[in-house]
Amino acid sequence: MKKPYAVETQPGRALWEVRLLGDLSGPPSEDGRRNGFNGPPERREGFPVPSARLGLWIFLGTVTMLFAGFTSAYLVRQAGPDWQPLPRPPILWVNTGVLLLSSVLLEIGRRRSASVHRWASGATALGVLFLLGQLLAWRALRAQGIYLPTNPHSSFFYILTGVHGAHVLGGVIALLSLLVLMWRGASEDRVCRRLALCATYWHFVGGLWLYLLLVLFLF
Amino acid sequence: MVGEHSARVHEEPVSFWRRYIFSTDHKVIGIQYYLTAMAMALVGGTLAMLIRLQLGWPEAKWPLLAKIFPRGMSGGVMNPDFYLALITMHGTLMIFFVISLGLVSGFGNYLLPLHIGARDMAFPFLNMLSYWTVVPACVIILASFFVEGGAAASGWTAYPPLSAVEQAVPGSGLGQTLWLLGMALFIASFTMGGLNFVTTILNERTRGMSMMRLPLFIWTLLIASILGLLAFPPLTAAAILLLFDRHGGTSFFLPSGLYFGERVLPHSGGSPLLWQHLFWFLGHPEVYVLILPALGIALDLLPPFTRKPIFGYRLTVYSLFAIGVLSMIVWGHHMFVSGMNPYVGEFFAIGTLAITIPSAIIGFNLIASLWGARLQLRTPALFALGAIAFFGTGGLGGIFLGNATSDIQLHDTYFVVGHFHFMIGGVTLLALFGGTYYWFPKMFGRMMSERLGKLHFWLTFLSFYAVFLTQHFLGLGGMPRRYYAFSKFEFLAPIRDMNAFISIAAFVLGAAQLIFLVNFFWSLFRGARAEQNPWRATTLEWVAPTPPPHGNWGETVPEVHRWPYDYSVPGAPEDFTPQTVPPTVVTVTQ
Ligand code: HEM
Ligand SMILES: [Cu+2]
Repeated sequence: MKKPYAVETQPGRALWEVRLLGDLSGPPSEDGRRNGFNGPPERREGFPVPSARLGLWIFLGTVTMLFAGFTSAYLVRQAGPDWQPLPRPPILWVNTGVLLLSSVLLEIGRRRSASVHRWASGATALGVLFLLGQLLAWRALRAQGIYLPTNPHSSFFYILTGVHGAHVLGGVIALLSLLVLMWRGASEDRVCRRLALCATYWHFVGGLWLYLLLVLFLF
Repeated sequence: MVGEHSARVHEEPVSFWRRYIFSTDHKVIGIQYYLTAMAMALVGGTLAMLIRLQLGWPEAKWPLLAKIFPRGMSGGVMNPDFYLALITMHGTLMIFFVISLGLVSGFGNYLLPLHIGARDMAFPFLNMLSYWTVVPACVIILASFFVEGGAAASGWTAYPPLSAVEQAVPGSGLGQTLWLLGMALFIASFTMGGLNFVTTILNERTRGMSMMRLPLFIWTLLIASILGLLAFPPLTAAAILLLFDRHGGTSFFLPSGLYFGERVLPHSGGSPLLWQHLFWFLGHPEVYVLILPALGIALDLLPPFTRKPIFGYRLTVYSLFAIGVLSMIVWGHHMFVSGMNPYVGEFFAIGTLAITIPSAIIGFNLIASLWGARLQLRTPALFALGAIAFFGTGGLGGIFLGNATSDIQLHDTYFVVGHFHFMIGGVTLLALFGGTYYWFPKMFGRMMSERLGKLHFWLTFLSFYAVFLTQHFLGLGGMPRRYYAFSKFEFLAPIRDMNAFISIAAFVLGAAQLIFLVNFFWSLFRGARAEQNPWRATTLEWVAPTPPPHGNWGETVPEVHRWPYDYSVPGAPEDFTPQTVPPTVVTVTQ
């Protein structure tokens, strides 16, 4: 039996050069630790996008496909004979404004690192307000005698707003954990990276809501 | 010195729980997935044996079984509801809980970081979460056998109205609800896993491991994960709608005028075809999610046993991309008989025939890799070769099914059953076994028995052909699938004996798997100790210690200088050149 080749390993000298965008875990971590491993940072052949951000984008891709699935079902069902358009609850406009304003606050916060916690708290509060507003919209419909099974449009309205609301709720939880992170006095670097991720997600659910409004009431 | 060294040592969790149960180590998680799949395979396989028992001898009485399944086999004769539950759960378990878990999540998790020179997945915690999401999914799906009405009975495709109307058949009640719940958890888990795979492949490769130096298994894993991530969410959307049809009184998939008992159901205007479209939009890509990693394993098992590079690496990668794109637009070939516009049918038929081209390219690359080989017929090589044979056989049937004209005759017959078992059952299973024989030494530090392995291969291979090739002919003869018994049809009288023959072959096939189990657990404790690189292979996992420690590589990660298929390089000191060998020693080809 011949001897196997000697294992040629990489010296631990190389550093991560540039950090393009925020990151939560994975390669460029603040103290050189990766995945709980001690030791110097290791050089890898990664894409210029840090793992956490890449993961978030992929996740948003799956959410997009989820709503693409709903949309195609919506379009097919809409062609059915029993489709009756729903009266639009007026409060939806208010809710839309609230959610978009929330996105704006978060964006302003990102640019003012001194008072970022105030802006982020404001954005979170508006997110909660949006959810309450959506509940009011449901109540308004129910007051008119329009329930989930009443007709296909109302079924879709309740389900789509419900699934979207669940995604907003997830965003609110992420924002709350960001606030906890700030309150605990985590490093600015870490807060920034987390904030960047939260903001991307938050703008996404905002955009998603505009899209749903379009699908539900304009098509 | 000591202090500095210990600061670099990787933190290995010490408690039993963190190490073996709630571990974030990709290798532990991979093995957890693998063992879970193995347990589910035992259940799924038993169901298959029961199905064959019924089809082989439809009128027979089995008093012993009446004791084990007092409801399903009351009086020793299988009742039709139980039969429907059996085929539904067999399909569901095998596709989602055996092949997906074992092949994609199991081998994927174990091998991915090792193959690319990473220390772990990009998100180790998410990885653990994904495993512990699938465990309740398994429990729920299995529990559905024991609830009122028994397990779901609407097929693995969950077509409404059987899946949407709670009172349709006994399994449409709580059983179907649990089915949906289990699948929802499975999808959540698989999505977390896919996200982790894609991120890890793109971002965690070690220095020198460019995309074009990835082992083909990793490429297949990447494309399969992307397909899964794109295709599962629309099914989730459909499942949410289905849940509301069942429990919220909505009518997405239910048309008006459905009667059950004396009652007209309140639904109206929905379309069961809508479900079929949404389901197959997932369903077809899903079959590629399973077959691609299986082909990847076959591709990667060949070079160590042919001692030559794989043929057509780049072409295979491009074909994978082509398959990925095309597989999203061919779902309609499952619905040719649903009354679709002939032009739409033509579109799907052309798409389906188009996808056979990249599939065939991969198949031919596999075969061409054998050209000029110094073939060493060890067990993993046998399984890889068997997978090629199955892929060819299944693909041949696919061509007949992909043509709308011939599919109208063949749809919902045993021809389809034969076709998809060669693909989704055969290629994947052989890859799963071949991979096990091949990587077992790395996973557990011991070799599996060659003799038992070869016996396992030949019994599996031959009885598989006996079962599923014969089914093609039954299908051509018009035998429909999903029927409880064929004894009442005169035109099927001549093939009754063939069904008994298939059943006997199926029992041989089932029994052969026990040899594998024995081999697996015997080798785990008694197998010969494995060297670090027993197959004299080139990929990175064989550079790691056996079994690899937490963090995989000790102090420093390996650096890659070449592609993974440098076998028999002229002028090299050995007939294999590991990926870590620098160009100064052996020239680099890719
Ligand atoms: C050469 C490429 C292939 C072609 C042209 C092809 C074509 C088809 C067609 C047209 C059907 C529908 C038949 C019917 O229901 O009437 C079908 C069914 C099926 N195919 Fe394939 N196929 C191919 C490859 C594969 C692969 C690679 C897999 C899996 C790994 C696979 C798995 C299945 C399954 C599971 C079904 C049956 C689903 C069901 O009705 O329960 N096929 N195939
Ligand atoms: Cu298909």
